[in-house]
Amino acid sequence: MPLVKDGKIVGDSFIHVADDVEIPAEGAVLMSAARFLADPEALVGRNNPTAVIWPNNRDVDDLVPWLSKLAAVALVFPTFRDGRAYSQARLLRERYKYRGELRATGQVLRDQFVFMLRAGFDTFEVKKDADAEAFAATARRYTVFYQPTGDGRITALHRRMQQRHQAESANP
Amino acid sequence: MYAYDEIDRTLINERVSEFRDQVKRRLSGELTEDEFKMLRLMNGVYLQLHAYMFRVAIPYGTLSADQMRKMAHVARRYDRGYGHFTTRQNIQFNWIKLADLPDALEDLAKVGIHAMQTSGNCTRNITTDQWAGVAPGEVEDPRIWCELLRQYSTMHPEFSFLPRKFKFAITASAHDRAAIKVHDIGLRLHKNDGGETGFEVLVGGGLGRTPFIGKTIKPFVPGRDLLSYVEAILRVYNQYGRRDNIYKARIKILVHELGIEKFAAEVEDEWLAMRDNALTLDDEVVEDIRSRFTYPHYKQLTDLPDELKAASADPHFEAWRLNSVAPHRRPGYSIVTLSLKPIGGPPGDATADQMDAIADLADKYSFGEIRVGHEQNLALPHVAQRDLPALWRALDKIGVATPNVNLVTDIIACPGLDYCSLANTRSIPIAQELTRRFANHDTANLIGRLHVNISGCINACGHHHVGHIGILGVEKNGEEFYQITIGGRADEHAVVGTLIGPAVPYADVADVVEDIVEAYLALRARPDELFIDAVKRLGVEPFKERVYATR
Repeated sequence: MPLVKDGKIVGDSFIHVADDVEIPAEGAVLMSAARFLADPEALVGRNNPTAVIWPNNRDVDDLVPWLSKLAAVALVFPTFRDGRAYSQARLLRERYKYRGELRATGQVLRDQFVFMLRAGFDTFEVKKDADAEAFAATARRYTVFYQPTGDGRITALHRRMQQRHQAESANP
Repeated sequence: MYAYDEIDRTLINERVSEFRDQVKRRLSGELTEDEFKMLRLMNGVYLQLHAYMFRVAIPYGTLSADQMRKMAHVARRYDRGYGHFTTRQNIQFNWIKLADLPDALEDLAKVGIHAMQTSGNCTRNITTDQWAGVAPGEVEDPRIWCELLRQYSTMHPEFSFLPRKFKFAITASAHDRAAIKVHDIGLRLHKNDGGETGFEVLVGGGLGRTPFIGKTIKPFVPGRDLLSYVEAILRVYNQYGRRDNIYKARIKILVHELGIEKFAAEVEDEWLAMRDNALTLDDEVVEDIRSRFTYPHYKQLTDLPDELKAASADPHFEAWRLNSVAPHRRPGYSIVTLSLKPIGGPPGDATADQMDAIADLADKYSFGEIRVGHEQNLALPHVAQRDLPALWRALDKIGVATPNVNLVTDIIACPGLDYCSLANTRSIPIAQELTRRFANHDTANLIGRLHVNISGCINACGHHHVGHIGILGVEKNGEEFYQITIGGRADEHAVVGTLIGPAVPYADVADVVEDIVEAYLALRARPDELFIDAVKRLGVEPFKERVYATR
């Protein structure tokens, strides 16, 4: 599955560690929430990056104490129809100010990229090669956004206000 | 009317171009039908029994004459020359080809019309009172808030993949014409004791297989907090709404399972954590949206002009006027309802020629504005009373002056088995038969206000639960049967109707309705006791006896 980070196809720097495999001392590791929560203190104390796959039916509040020490959080779209991880992403980015990598995993298709980017995802495990290749073009398709989110894009409402103020200052 | 600016138009065009690409990928096989399904639904495209069905949004039920002409164009060019107005301020085209859809959308985009989120598990078209902005006694024009909600909910990055569909309705009048109590979120615009404008927020109403009347979650949310408060509701629903069972996925089930108090507490917690964020509407932003609505330059007129008095001598005109013309907030003006329920016709259908003619009449008599109501009728919202006689003659000529608004033949019906892939039974032929039975205007008038609603399956698109008489088709051993409920209503006193007994076969439905109506005529306390009030007073028993005594 190709990985898109910061708009480019990249190799995955994280080793995915299954629950029954010992966590290596070296290297960046990505593990399940259950595995992580069994001993979070020790895991965030590793000298190498630690990341967690957080299921979409678990409150992100449980992750909040460890957020500043996590290199990445992977949220899950078990089907593209299941939108719970969009809410989790916004909560992590906007309410809990998580600044590490936020990865979308599962059924990640090009038609969701804009929604995911706006919700705060910056890394995408894309299901189809062709979708990963189309990432940049797809991400640029929309230039108008109605809702304020943590991605900082100016909304239509505020663009109108800016235009109005500019017009007023040009013709006082 | 709200005027789209370059910003709104750009978004619609970007959406059309995205959908063109999605259709191309579907036709080339790059997208599976399963992947495409959600994408086409979010652009109003269903795969029905015979063809693709295309549902176009009419935000808050307001259309310009030019927009109506474009609907006629789509009906003529891409469909079979007609369209069907639905109970949620949409229009549907039944016979459209997938390959033509991007072109149809592009044509509609030229007049600021789109099909975004008319289906799918996202926030659907925001609906309101079809008399918004012109009804006497209204708190203020609710369409300003509809537009703010339309913008807020369009392509929402968090709520485009909800557990199920999600419907808002708003009213700003004491008499609710928007059926807010049977929506996922119902909003009643009112002023609090301090004179501040805000919303009573209701949640968890809805029909379908598990009907619920919405419950008040908060009696007053100030206008500035409307978006953050609904975001809190949507976020709680997105996270905790059931996804294991499609029949239990609507917010009404979550509200019911948690109980309104617990649900309200969850929402309140969420809201307190986010209120005063970027969603807060400052007055300047609201005023900017308000300023984008234009209103007619009404003339100084007086009520009951001579032209109207003279025309009232014609009993046909007078029958229509009494039935179809409602008071307006401006003196000398009226709101005119155009019945799309001709005797023997499918409820809510209009031909392309009718749509063009209505657009011309709107230009001539209603400042170029048309409304669509959830009863599947149209309205011209700003007609000078002196023009009513001429307008009536013109409407009569094109078949939309049947004087039956709110009478027994003003039937709300879903498309049923004739078009819909979900339906088990037919709806349209039942509606047609009933309109023939009660075709006599004097009889219908004697009966008075009586809403008959017909659904061809449990999904309840014909809103049978809230019909004064509700008819629900169910299939048994390959045959069509119909359950009859009475006493439902969708207004400010909304209630779900009561089943009167075992389902009856297709051939008996019209007889049963006639029996119920006869029982009412015999039992009513006074000629002005409405059917719905008589049912409330008497209960279902006397009606049940009458219907089943001889069956």
